[in-house]
Amino acid sequence: MASEAHGAEEGGLVFHPMDQFIVKPLFGGDTIQWYTVTNVTLWMALAVVAVIAMMVIGTRRRAMVPSRSQSIGELAYGFVYKMVEDVAGKDAIKFFPYIMTLFMFIVMANFLGLLPMSFATTSHFAVTVVLALAVFLTVTIVGFVKNGAGFLGLFWVSSAPLALRPILALIEVISYFVRPVSHSIRLAGNIMAGHAVLKVFAGFAAIAVVSPLSVVAITAMYGLEVLVAFIQAYVFTILTCVYLKDALHPSH
Amino acid sequence: MASQTTEAAGHAADAAASAPGMPQLDFSNWGNQIFWLLVTLVVIYFVLSRIALPRIANVLAERQGTITNDIAAADELKAKAVEAEEAYNKALADARAEAQRIVAEAKADIQADLDAATAKADAEITAKAAESEKAIAEIREGALESVKVVATETTAEIVAALGGSADDKAIAEAIGARVKG
Repeated sequence: MASEAHGAEEGGLVFHPMDQFIVKPLFGGDTIQWYTVTNVTLWMALAVVAVIAMMVIGTRRRAMVPSRSQSIGELAYGFVYKMVEDVAGKDAIKFFPYIMTLFMFIVMANFLGLLPMSFATTSHFAVTVVLALAVFLTVTIVGFVKNGAGFLGLFWVSSAPLALRPILALIEVISYFVRPVSHSIRLAGNIMAGHAVLKVFAGFAAIAVVSPLSVVAITAMYGLEVLVAFIQAYVFTILTCVYLKDALHPSH
Repeated sequence: MASQTTEAAGHAADAAASAPGMPQLDFSNWGNQIFWLLVTLVVIYFVLSRIALPRIANVLAERQGTITNDIAAADELKAKAVEAEEAYNKALADARAEAQRIVAEAKADIQADLDAATAKADAEITAKAAESEKAIAEIREGALESVKVVATETTAEIVAALGGSADDKAIAEAIGARVKG
């Protein structure tokens, strides 16, 4: 990143692809305390507003034959509900509100982050690490509460030959603890990389010769990012369901 | 990574200026982000679990119920329609059978009447024919007698005219032989 910025300065172009991720106080001031109202606050609040608009205001009429907005809310509900039911099983339905919360926040934050001049909250590891750790801790605690020591059977591959089992157990334990890392970096990394690439392409638009190409590239990349915004929310949610399934039914 | 982190940390003070590192690794504002994230998640969780999800679940359940009821009602109506059709077909078949029975009865009655009338007519015709035959026989008898009388008289006259004399007995015998032959 540093070399990129450096090269840009030499070419007379202004590349600051990472500036869009800087956390700034919203009402002036330099210091950021934990309670300071920042652009993070603004865009998270907008995500909350979007969730309320879609899931509460959109469904306010409770119509038997749904209006368009109500259909969207029902679609989101059915999408996540079916995912939880199919992937994690019927007894995971009581976790549906938690998983719905994760999905709605991530999908709304991702899409809001795609607005020009916006701030992508899900591009920050601070956000995704908290989400992934919350899932990791929940799943681990649920696993031990539901199955007791039997939850450790998740690491003991009883279908493998006996000699291989300790090695597999070691691998399983490592992969289990890597889960929150990959879970969080996948989301933040995808969003951050996409937005940075968009910014880099946008920087090239300042050169008249390549600006048409740049605009085309931005358009194509933006389309891809719209897909990524949804797919990453979907991936995060379905992985949460998979982990939850492991916690509820630890046997291989 | 490590150098970028220190770089980012170094630039954290003048955040407004362009930071060459990743702002994501500027740990000075993690507390702020985590705090607002938790607030956001709690708000979304309560909005969803208290308002949105029960409402949508209700709507979906209600719709499912309505659809199930409507399908049940439609099935019932269909069964009724099938029943009505069966009743109609049965009534039609009954009526047809009744009509056929009546036609057959009428045909049998007519046949019986016809047979009786035919028999009576035959009997009458036979009687009439017998009567007529009798009358014809009588007439024939009468005619033969008349022929005999006329022939006898004529013969007597012819014999007398020829100058002969014949007794009545011989003439009658001759006539009788002739008429018979």
